[in-house]
Amino acid sequence: MDPVLILLLALFGFMLIGSIVAVETRDLLSSVICLGAVGFGTSVAFLLLGAPDLAITQVVVEVLVLVVLVRVVITRKDETQATSRSTLGVGSVMLVLGVLVAVMFWMLAGASGGRLKMRAFGEPLMSETVAAAASAPAGEPEMATTQTEPGSIGGAYLKHGLVGTAVSRGTGAANYVMGIVLDARGYDTLGEATVIFTAIIGAYAVLRRIGRQAHARDVADR
Amino acid sequence: MQGMSLIVKNITRLVAGFIAIFGVYTVFYGHVSPGGGFAGGVILAGALVLIVLAFGEEFSRKVLPHGVAQTSDALGAMSFLLVALFGYMAGGFFVNFLPRGEPCTLFSAGTIPISNLAIGVKVGAGLFGAFLALALFRRQSDGHSRSPIAGRPNRGGPNGEES
Amino acid sequence: MTLPMLPYLLALLLLVVGLYAIVAKRNVIKIIVGLAILDYAVNLILVLVGYRTTPGAAPMAPILTGGMANEPALVAGAVDPLPQALVLTSIVISLSVTALLVALGLRLYEKYGTFDTERMRNLRG
Repeated sequence: MDPVLILLLALFGFMLIGSIVAVETRDLLSSVICLGAVGFGTSVAFLLLGAPDLAITQVVVEVLVLVVLVRVVITRKDETQATSRSTLGVGSVMLVLGVLVAVMFWMLAGASGGRLKMRAFGEPLMSETVAAAASAPAGEPEMATTQTEPGSIGGAYLKHGLVGTAVSRGTGAANYVMGIVLDARGYDTLGEATVIFTAIIGAYAVLRRIGRQAHARDVADR
Repeated sequence: MQGMSLIVKNITRLVAGFIAIFGVYTVFYGHVSPGGGFAGGVILAGALVLIVLAFGEEFSRKVLPHGVAQTSDALGAMSFLLVALFGYMAGGFFVNFLPRGEPCTLFSAGTIPISNLAIGVKVGAGLFGAFLALALFRRQSDGHSRSPIAGRPNRGGPNGEES
Repeated sequence: MTLPMLPYLLALLLLVVGLYAIVAKRNVIKIIVGLAILDYAVNLILVLVGYRTTPGAAPMAPILTGGMANEPALVAGAVDPLPQALVLTSIVISLSVTALLVALGLRLYEKYGTFDTERMRNLRG
């Protein structure tokens, strides 16, 4: 029995309980603190799954989210009487979501057989290998290597990312994830920088100083 | 927003520099050890947020003004785009045109350390600016709101009010 | 349902809890908390797909240490680096979107005096 699997299941149970408390409790400050527990649990899960870059990023991002949310919540009183909308609407939405999740999981777990089946936890797609002729560039079959190639893109990045092949230079980065993010898939990082820029400018636009025009208009009307 | 007590201020004086240095280290060694531009930028923003929270609004307005955060954010994004455009010297958009070097050393992997630096500056300055805008926003007693970001240009009321 | 498929199911349940909070809650802060839980669940599912077991030891992260001599062992047994590259940008994007939503929530509180969306519908600013 894989010890990582047991630890991961225990951690997911803790995170589920924390998230249900965060959603259902009436006090806003406790809700935000339980969100912090879920976030730190995610960081430990990333460490257990072999992703140290993500664990570092998740911890510091979680700290900043907590600082911002606590700053908003702690000085504002809130007097909502009940916290849910009408029961019939919520109940039907939850029923549809539950049925959707059950069907999705049943299909991915392999009941239908064939191409939709998700692989078991611990054996990703890149463990497969395909014949080498499929990896040669188009029109030059004699450039194919003699051994088998990985069956997925992640495996190809792992095998050829550092030093490269005859047709493409490698990235040269010892951290394979950074090599993918900034060299092989750099265009996606440019898009992500644009999204962050736009979100922050949106926050600036919402929080501008207003009231100068309205106040001047009111004074002029009197 | 006032600052905090004397103990917090003294500890911040000792610790904030180390947090910033650790953030810069994470950015520069991103291609050798875990971390990278995003994690390092957020750590850098965390050090600046610590200074603002501990010393209060008046101090931060003198030392870390909001305009500098906005300008650094834009400069970081532009330099990341410039690194991508310089790839045209070697054949195409985003081509890694510098020499590779030995793996696991600091000067390796072509343009990746430069991209890491640009992304670190952008993410750090942007998130710090967003925190400043959120934390320093409050409603005054006369109904206006006060925020560190200038609003619409002042057309002048009948009394010629200035912001 | 076998034991190795259970982590996927628990991560999907986390996603459903976040989605329920967005759909069924009246308080703006609860909606923001639900969106954050949804983001964490999606990132977890993506990283779970790329995990490769190392029998009897901790999983090997895709980082080369100690020179080029360790490379064949890393290629044979390391975790898939592609989902990690996708999730790395997604984490920082979720922070920026949360900051934007909190800014909107602040403006709503300043205008209506409450965080309750039902009462916001009845008042006319």
